[in-house]
Amino acid sequence: MTIIHLKPLIGDFAENKDIARDIRIKMLTPRVSKGKKVTIDFSGVSGATQSFIHALISELFRIHGNEILSLISFKNCNATIQKVITIVTEYMQEAE
Amino acid sequence: MRINLPNSAFLGNLDSFLRRFDPSNPKELLITANKKWISVHPIVLTMIAALGQTVPREKIDCEALEAKSRHYFERMRLFEFLEIDSGIIMTEHDSSGRFIPLTQIKDSTSLTRFITEMIPLLHLAPIHAEPLKYIVSELVRNVLEHADSSRGAFVAAQYYSKSNTVRIGISDVGVGISRTIRKSHHSTDDLQSIRLALTPGITGTTDREGGTEQNAGAGLFFVKSIAAVNSDFFVIYSGTAFYKLLKQKTENKNPLQADPLEDRHSAGNDYPHWQGTVIGIDLALDVNEQFTALLEHIRNVYAKAVRARKHARYKKPIFV
Repeated sequence: MTIIHLKPLIGDFAENKDIARDIRIKMLTPRVSKGKKVTIDFSGVSGATQSFIHALISELFRIHGNEILSLISFKNCNATIQKVITIVTEYMQEAE
Repeated sequence: MRINLPNSAFLGNLDSFLRRFDPSNPKELLITANKKWISVHPIVLTMIAALGQTVPREKIDCEALEAKSRHYFERMRLFEFLEIDSGIIMTEHDSSGRFIPLTQIKDSTSLTRFITEMIPLLHLAPIHAEPLKYIVSELVRNVLEHADSSRGAFVAAQYYSKSNTVRIGISDVGVGISRTIRKSHHSTDDLQSIRLALTPGITGTTDREGGTEQNAGAGLFFVKSIAAVNSDFFVIYSGTAFYKLLKQKTENKNPLQADPLEDRHSAGNDYPHWQGTVIGIDLALDVNEQFTALLEHIRNVYAKAVRARKHARYKKPIFV
């Protein structure tokens, strides 16, 4: 199990899509492609945009389908961040 | 080009200000002004600053401001952007107020820094800072990713204590919404392009449901939804089209619509041509619905819209 702490990478507001893409490409994709579980830890992050979450995980839905949600978990998300993640995961599943 | 700083131009009456904008002769810019009092939304400043970047300094002619409120424009850095010596002297007792002066943002890193620094300038509580950061991030990133303009985005905001409102303007002089949206969708005119751009799940980068790895086509819909749920003004102007989300009626139990033309709005497709995109939003702090509750509304409408589009693409059986 790998834990990715977002705060040191993106600060307290998760909005930079370029960084989201880098995290996906360099940290998420290599691990989940091998079937390894990853936890994304949002502790210290007060908010996240839909665009950030989309850039972080949407491509993984395209590659792995719904099963990606068995490999990725989200930790220490406040209610707002949980809601944004829910929206993105729902529309990506609808899009399949 | 000719643009006039009128007596009053806010989102509620912006239409008449835009109608007077003259985009002819794009190699020159003439700025005229009301002589007595000028009170304008930050969106007006961002438009003028953006226009000022498209012509050489020697081709900008700005009338000397006589209005009593002229210090506001110095304070908001308008003349600095136009490289004009206004002759206005700011005295120490001029209140700094709560505002974000005109800022030009050209890249992703500058945007991240701007978002961090803007909240202290407006002295906002965390509950109000959250939607504001969200709005600015989504709108400016849209400019950086889609406007195809080296000049980036021009942003300004102002807190108005009387209405307890933060008013935000963002302008660019890029390719405009139609050119972006037509990369992947059919659009007959600029208003149709705005309609598509405001529809959840529609992006100029692909016609595929769910978007690309970097774009979902949701940013503008989210921002419009924040305004709709809080019954605030939201305007978007690009090419010859202007769309204004009007304040929603208080008895409206379902303030969010996937199709912006089903919202309470006004719109036109015959405005003076703006090369690029202009967006303004008012955020009333008194009536700010909890951001998480707002996202729940968005979630419901978004999922419904995607399902409806999916359903519309179903092939029908042929019965012979």
